[in-house]
Amino acid sequence: MFVELSESMSFTANFKAQAITKEVRARDIPGIIEVAPSNASYLLHFDPEVVHPDTLIDRLRDIEAGIDLTAYTWEARVLDVPVLYDDPWTRETLMQFRERHQDPEATDLEYSARINGFSGPEEFIEAHAGAPHMVTMVGFVPGLPWTFQMVPRDQQIEVPKYVQPRTETPSRAVGFGGAFTAIYSVPGAGGYQLFGRTPVEVLDVDQQLPAFADSMVLPNPGDIINFRRVDREEYDRIRDAVEANDYEYNIGHIDFEPEEFFEHPSEYTDRITEVLD
Amino acid sequence: MLRIVEPGLSTTVQDTGRYGHYHIGMPPSGAVDQYAHRVANFLVGNEADAATLELTYTGPEVVFEEEGLVAVCGADMDPSLDGEPVPTWTAVRVAAGQTLSFEFATEGARAYLAVGGGVDTEPVMGSRATYTLIGVGGHEGRELEAGDELPTGATETDGLEGNSVDAAHVPDYGAETSIRVVMGLCDYRLTEDGKETLLDTEWTVSNEADRVGYRLDADVDIQGLFVEREQPFGAGTDLTNVVDLGYPVGSIQMAGQPIVLMRDAVTGGGYATVGTVISPDRSTLAQGRSHETVTFEPVSVEEALTAREDWTARLDRLREELLG
Repeated sequence: MFVELSESMSFTANFKAQAITKEVRARDIPGIIEVAPSNASYLLHFDPEVVHPDTLIDRLRDIEAGIDLTAYTWEARVLDVPVLYDDPWTRETLMQFRERHQDPEATDLEYSARINGFSGPEEFIEAHAGAPHMVTMVGFVPGLPWTFQMVPRDQQIEVPKYVQPRTETPSRAVGFGGAFTAIYSVPGAGGYQLFGRTPVEVLDVDQQLPAFADSMVLPNPGDIINFRRVDREEYDRIRDAVEANDYEYNIGHIDFEPEEFFEHPSEYTDRITEVLD
Repeated sequence: MLRIVEPGLSTTVQDTGRYGHYHIGMPPSGAVDQYAHRVANFLVGNEADAATLELTYTGPEVVFEEEGLVAVCGADMDPSLDGEPVPTWTAVRVAAGQTLSFEFATEGARAYLAVGGGVDTEPVMGSRATYTLIGVGGHEGRELEAGDELPTGATETDGLEGNSVDAAHVPDYGAETSIRVVMGLCDYRLTEDGKETLLDTEWTVSNEADRVGYRLDADVDIQGLFVEREQPFGAGTDLTNVVDLGYPVGSIQMAGQPIVLMRDAVTGGGYATVGTVISPDRSTLAQGRSHETVTFEPVSVEEALTAREDWTARLDRLREELLG
């Protein structure tokens, strides 16, 4: 069963999807097999021999009617995600696929900066790393987070996907499509504009890194990611630690209050990034 | 124990699937033809969820280190035991040291090799299904290779040898394939003419038809099936784009061409999904070969539920007959 709460992306639609799916899980409805919130919608997999779809629709209407976002809060994890913007690996990949791009003469960063009205990649990177992003969906492949930047709508970056998807993307690439930043958890095909690469993993199948003790996937919907610009030296240092399985992720916590965020977005996101200090 | 001498084109350990992890992007995996997988298990005395080997187009060459009972169901790959042909959809006794081998499939795309006691690899997150993309489940999370050795479980198989199913329960993979679909999801993105075109077109299974998805070809302008609109915020510029959302297994996504998502599905993305292939017919579609044609037949949710109940009841009867 697929429930589309809104055709356009907004934090209101996403928080509602998160709140409803959290309540579906809490009610432990017999017959429910999968509960998957997404950006502005959610997906349930159920056994129709246990619960008839009409019964389930009634229960979901009931749950949705009881959701009050002004009272909905959660303990959000704040994850520090270092990024080497304009890194050599994604640059090599994107140069191989210029004929599939809207602007074969520019890099993905140059193109994205220009169509969003920035003077160039430097100013664009500052904006992308300048405010945190919320994880609004996990999927496509295991561990891949979609994140939506926590700024007012008029400051949101918007970039189309490639005209034709690439057949290759390096793992840990930081890409952008529509209004979402994604971190590619595994190498593979992809159509998002490539901005950089993070030295940290979001998927650890063997759960060797300490941050993955409970799950092979790090990001969850409702988590907040702070993309932090690093230089090559810091990238290499962190990467070495990750490969040695002794990297300690910098993770903070905040009791996230949507109302506070909606009313004072900039002050609120400053408080969020402070918990990482 | 089973020893793989030749791996075949793509042979993996599969079962009824791994559930409860869709929200982290993990599809269920498992046998893409659940009918053939389950019948093969019942024939050798296993329950439905025992692991079998899923063989694709060309089966492996397998040596049995101990005597046991095996059954091959699904696509017809002319199995032979030490060079002697053996029947399919039948429980066959093998002696220790014997070799089972296969030819290229003449009909259907996938066969299932069940062994008494099941393939007993270590379950991961509650399932032995292989998901090769991230390398979990099955044997080392990958397709089988020459030299692999797979443990098998123990079970009572006395009296089951020679068991077989009636011809009425053996699908005809060469027949015209009509696949039942519940339209819905984002099908409001299609015009009425667009929906009709999707349902009236004879689609050809492309060369890219695997456990992730079946890409279908036809001379149809996919963009032309969509309702023109100003794209909503976050959806991306293409008319076929939506704000990235979850894709059900079996859903048809319109990514330049229709792609029916199978059991190793990508769990979400930004293309409009317009309907879902009903669960019994996903098994049928999984036997569709590249260059064969399929058509879609729209059914209501109630019709889909009835078809599902019939499918389950049929397998329950076969289980009762074969396992008692």
